[in-house]
Amino acid sequence: MHVTSPVRNPLVLGGKTYADVTEDICRHVEGKPTKEWKVAFGVSFAVLIYGTACVLWTWWEGLGVWGLNKTVGWAWDITNFVWWVGIGHAGTLISAILLLFRQKWRTSINRAAEAMTIFAVLCAASFILMHMGRPWLAYWALPLPNTFGSLWVNFNSPLVWDVFAISTYFSVSCLFWYVGLVPDLATIRDRAKNKVSKYIYGTLAMGWNGSAKTWSRYEYISLILAGLSTPLVLSVHTIVSMDFATSVIPGWHTTIFPPYFVAGAIFSGFAMVQNLMLVTRVVYKLEDYITLEHIESMNKIITLTGSIVGVAYLTEFFIAWYSGVEYESYAFLNRATGPYWWAYWAMMTCNVVSPQLFWFRSIRRSVKWTFFISVIVNIGMWFERFVIIVTSLHRDYIPSSWAMFSPTMFDIGDYIFSFGFFFTCFFLFSKYLPVVNMAEVKAVIKSTSEKLPKKVSGVAKGERLTSPAYNKDAQ
Amino acid sequence: MENQTKKYWKGLEELRNDEKFVKNANSEFGTFEQTELGSNKSIVDGIGEMSDRRDFLKVLGFGMAAVSLAACDAPVKNSLPYVNKPTDTFPTIADWYASTYAEGGDYASIMVKTREGRPIKIEGNKQSGITKGGVNARGQASLLSLYDVEKLKGPKKGESDADWNAVDKEISTQLVALAARGGEIRVVSSTILSPSTKAVIADFAAKYPTTQHITYDAHSVAGLVKANADSFGKAVVPSYDFSKAKVIVGLSCDFLGTWISPTEYARQYAQTRKLSSAKGGKKEMSRHFQFETSLSMTGSNADYRAAVKPSQEGAVAVALHNKLAGKSAASLGGNTDKLIAQAATELKAAGGAGLVVSGSNDPNVQTVVNAINAMIGAYSVTIDLDTPVYYRQGNDVAMDTFISDAKAGRVGAVLFLAANPVYDHPRGAELKDALSKVALSVSFADRPDETASLCKYITPAPHFLESWGDAEPKAGYFSLLQPAISLIYKTRQAQSSLLKWAGASSDYYAYVRNYWKANVFPKSGAGDFEQFWVKCLHDGIYEPTSVSGANGASFAGNADAAIAAIGNPKADAKGLEVVLYEKVGIGTGAMANNPWLQEFPEPVTKACWDNYASISQKTAKDNDLTQDDVIKIEIGGKSVELPVLVQPGQANETISIAIGYGREKAGKSGNGVGVNVYPMAVSKGGYWNFNAGTATISKTGEIHEIAQTQTHETVMGRRAVVQEGRLANYKKDSMEGRFLPKVVTAEGLKAPGEISLWNGYKKPNHSWGMAIDLNACNGCGACVVSCQTENNVQVVGRQEVINSREMHWIRIDRYYSSDADVEDMKALEIASENPEVIFQPLMCQHCSNAPCETVCPVLATTHSSEGLNQMAYNRCIGTRYCANNCPYKVRRFNWFKYFDNDNFDYHFNNDLGKMVINPDVTVRSRGVIEKCSMCVQRIQEGKLNAKKERRRPIDGEIITACAQSCPTEAIVFGDMNDPESRLSVLLAEEKQGRAFTMLEEINVKPVVNYLVKIRNKDVETKTTEAAHEAAHGGHS
Repeated sequence: MHVTSPVRNPLVLGGKTYADVTEDICRHVEGKPTKEWKVAFGVSFAVLIYGTACVLWTWWEGLGVWGLNKTVGWAWDITNFVWWVGIGHAGTLISAILLLFRQKWRTSINRAAEAMTIFAVLCAASFILMHMGRPWLAYWALPLPNTFGSLWVNFNSPLVWDVFAISTYFSVSCLFWYVGLVPDLATIRDRAKNKVSKYIYGTLAMGWNGSAKTWSRYEYISLILAGLSTPLVLSVHTIVSMDFATSVIPGWHTTIFPPYFVAGAIFSGFAMVQNLMLVTRVVYKLEDYITLEHIESMNKIITLTGSIVGVAYLTEFFIAWYSGVEYESYAFLNRATGPYWWAYWAMMTCNVVSPQLFWFRSIRRSVKWTFFISVIVNIGMWFERFVIIVTSLHRDYIPSSWAMFSPTMFDIGDYIFSFGFFFTCFFLFSKYLPVVNMAEVKAVIKSTSEKLPKKVSGVAKGERLTSPAYNKDAQ
Repeated sequence: MENQTKKYWKGLEELRNDEKFVKNANSEFGTFEQTELGSNKSIVDGIGEMSDRRDFLKVLGFGMAAVSLAACDAPVKNSLPYVNKPTDTFPTIADWYASTYAEGGDYASIMVKTREGRPIKIEGNKQSGITKGGVNARGQASLLSLYDVEKLKGPKKGESDADWNAVDKEISTQLVALAARGGEIRVVSSTILSPSTKAVIADFAAKYPTTQHITYDAHSVAGLVKANADSFGKAVVPSYDFSKAKVIVGLSCDFLGTWISPTEYARQYAQTRKLSSAKGGKKEMSRHFQFETSLSMTGSNADYRAAVKPSQEGAVAVALHNKLAGKSAASLGGNTDKLIAQAATELKAAGGAGLVVSGSNDPNVQTVVNAINAMIGAYSVTIDLDTPVYYRQGNDVAMDTFISDAKAGRVGAVLFLAANPVYDHPRGAELKDALSKVALSVSFADRPDETASLCKYITPAPHFLESWGDAEPKAGYFSLLQPAISLIYKTRQAQSSLLKWAGASSDYYAYVRNYWKANVFPKSGAGDFEQFWVKCLHDGIYEPTSVSGANGASFAGNADAAIAAIGNPKADAKGLEVVLYEKVGIGTGAMANNPWLQEFPEPVTKACWDNYASISQKTAKDNDLTQDDVIKIEIGGKSVELPVLVQPGQANETISIAIGYGREKAGKSGNGVGVNVYPMAVSKGGYWNFNAGTATISKTGEIHEIAQTQTHETVMGRRAVVQEGRLANYKKDSMEGRFLPKVVTAEGLKAPGEISLWNGYKKPNHSWGMAIDLNACNGCGACVVSCQTENNVQVVGRQEVINSREMHWIRIDRYYSSDADVEDMKALEIASENPEVIFQPLMCQHCSNAPCETVCPVLATTHSSEGLNQMAYNRCIGTRYCANNCPYKVRRFNWFKYFDNDNFDYHFNNDLGKMVINPDVTVRSRGVIEKCSMCVQRIQEGKLNAKKERRRPIDGEIITACAQSCPTEAIVFGDMNDPESRLSVLLAEEKQGRAFTMLEEINVKPVVNYLVKIRNKDVETKTTEAAHEAAHGGHS
């Protein structure tokens, strides 16, 4: 067992006992939906309905309802896809890589971050379907045995790699998330007062009994899944970046894309986690669990990845000039000074400049600033994908075909759909499942609450009373 | 057990112990006995009669299966086989008929491809001595007018449908009555090339002696005819032979696009422009000077071009005349003066092999031009007055008299034959009012157009593909029309109607035959008319005379008087001068309801679905105008509102507006497109002049977006895209203008093709390829319509073109030169004030290392063993990745379902229009990518034909639609595996010469080669060019 020095700041504040943890988290699951939740869910659902109508019309009428054209064949669709996939990186990164690095502060946020990952990947997947001219044939992109003749997928195509990467990532993320949920579901099951919830949570808990052997297996599977997910975190966005990197289009055809995309994905993912957690923290009064330390740690990662992204932007420019390739040079000149200059500079400001504000400790530890900058970062990352996709395509090799792209209400509506879907899912999650991993938080309480202030130490007697059988630290 | 008293019966039958029951009692599955109520037909007819439950269940089961099967199956559309198969028609085998396209003076000898009785393609007739296999875009598109669902389905009296017999009777009666009282009868037509039709009209006139035949042309050259009458005593349009000209001077004359016989001239012109890098190959080309207001397609091809105001049109001719005569000429501005001097010097040096043509309809200007041509001796080389052409026979003066007569009520009857003067004559509005005063007005139009709708009767004539007829486009050149389809509607040829009303037999076919027997056959000296007729019908043409050639002519005109009449140019002319012009696609507007033509991008502006006010960059700046601003243009009380198009090369302080738009009664596709500017033409001494005078303009504040298929003007200095050079340099080095990029590797500089990731494909049998000569391509766009016809390419409409979603598989890129330094990317986007222009036809390049193929997730686009990049529409799921990854941007996506869709109400939205579909090519569904297939259906057909005959395909036997239709033969298609093929020979010759492939650096290895554009311009020691070389030659 990893031992934390008592001089370190505690990860959970407020001298929480195990019982407090259970109580604080389960309260929201067991109680009636609050008014705030109802309003928030209602709004998300209304947005989802509107977005669904837009999506259905897009499918009914054809992709012509979007603003795409012969030159710009992808715009908001793939921008949104990459954006959501990017956001979907934070959850697994937090759960897997931080688990391997034994960053215990992750325990308070990994659950919500993983849920976010899953919903974000679903949103991304919806754009894969949506962007197809004939989405009803989407299954042709899978290597399924078929009777169409000896038809097979093209393993050379990065889109096929995408299909594998995203579906693998999605299934592993789901598994990881669900495995982590099992002990908590069992807790809820054990506390459930009515039969229906007892039955539902009981079924979901899959007969968890809290025995030492079960815990041991849980630990093993977590570690294995973490090991499996870690390369996935890196591979998914690497492969997404190859959609562009393996093409011949100036501005896409760039070897720097894999690391640059992964950094960008973590960057935007963390920003999204910040946004969601900052709201959840206040609404669910989880300030003791999601502390300023958490926020600060995440802000540091945002600054780091933002800087990596910034370096990547500059490297691209340098290479464009240094390579001497006429088209490449022009593509980048056009990004910065062409008709879409505003998108480029929006991206630069949001992604490169704004996270640098986190060098100031006061900003880094300010909830408001964090929230604001996280929103900015996500806007910036959306623009990054827009800049890469649209400004590269709209002026590529043959000037006669150069064209402009402007979105229609269906480009916007279909993007709104993904927000509606995401938040509807997220609110359902936050109501019906524990937003913080109780079991793992309990594991960090002891080491972090060792030196409790006198006045709250009395609360700790709960520890003696409950004496949990599943105290990992006792091993 | 014995006590058992109870007895159980299986049923009443057993109890009754019928005979029938006893018989069946032992068989396990005996039939159920019919009850007395057997004839009950309760639930479903017939089921009640069925005798047992199992049958009922069978029916039920079948019913269920049938219903569920029917539910999951698409509705069945029956295609009916022939009940009695016509003897000479084989399904899937095309029949070809020779015929003639002769509409409004446009002429082409054509071959009509029919499939199962439907004409589906028009191609040029190579045997023709005039068009030599060329058909312009309008001729190609005329096919679609055959299937125009908005045509009249029978004769009309006023607004109501009528019956032919009744109409004939009424019209004849009225004509007879009118003739009896000596009322004037007029037959008004556009140019009629058909000698037999003229004979019909003569017969009609014989019956009704007060008949006069009035011919007018919407775009008149009557001034030229007048000038020739004055100068040489021959009131004709002469034959021009551009192929013999070493120096060509065009004065506001779009002879490659719209002037008199552009297809013929384009071919001749191209002969003087083609070069060969082979040893001892042709390295001479003509030099072309152009002086014009708007940048025409012809001007775009010129070596030297000056923009002059319309008011200077005559002055340029005078200046050229005076320079040649050694007199002094008034100054027209630095560049113009310089070019006039140069042109004069070179014309003189050419010794007869020069040609000056003017598009002016002013007899004075044409007289001066005649004087020039006489002075340089062109009449013995390039102009043949003894072989007149009949493409334009309009007489402006006669037409004016007619309108005045009609206004005064002096005309008793008027018959409009292939004419719509209410729309396309400048005095159309007057005629509109006057028509109510005409007792009998009849139109032969195929639809109630602007003129026909005002007539008392419409007796619709069929489309030319449903008609018999003949044509004599040029003295001694005859050609025949034969129907390629039986009449679609209850229409009747105008000639038949005229004959009928004249009381003669209405059999026009017999009439044409007899006419030929009497007038054409004797020239042949052949013995048997039947044989002669069949041969002519088969060939489509009869051209007995070998061209006698130009014999010279002595100029007897009064040049001085003409010069005096033209006067000096007003140097300080204020205001914006307006000039009208004809567009290559839409022409005079007669075929405005043809969606192919409406969507056809004008070669220079690349605009479609509109006319607009073209102004120069400087004029736009001076008047604070930008593209798409709607301006009001007022000239002498007449005004039009049009959007602005900023046109490089346009003369400053001028506005050009196209005729042929603003139709009101053309049909769904043509109505309300653009503005009619015919009324702005002015009469100058009785001749309609398109120089409309000086206008005042005002900004309306509205915006009207012009649909353009290309919005970027310049090539941004990208020499891997288009390459061009100068003739003098080319003579020294056949690699002139070539751009040879090198890639830096660890082993030093290498050509891009030397390093590759790819293994390439084996092409054991054929290797199809193409070469496109940028020197021969003049941008006319015949290939665009030809491809559209051949490959069922959809029309998407104005808004979708604005959205950059046109579907054309082949496009012609047009680039303007820029004055900017190659490093200054911003400035490079702006075209020069008077740019050099280059046209580049671009279709799928069928790359050997195709970037589209690697990225398709489902292998919908793959490489064939013959080097084609093929598209399997059925497999496409529409990710558009291939289109994004196409460096040439030739892939087209079906954004909507373009057929059976009311939002795209063109020919694919009605059953008649769909008859134009080529059955060999799939109509693409929504959500799939499509692109040029190199006419794979033609390749397959050619290979099959060869295989049936156990031989290899012969070079030239298989030809793509674009290559076939190219009037200048700029496109050569063939098998690169066949060393003897024209393509292989050409590429071998040009390997160390002009042949290049686009974007060589990225090593996608297209099979389409281009030949460098060479301009016959003097080589100045320009530092910029050297800088250009240095900037791009080194690395990539």
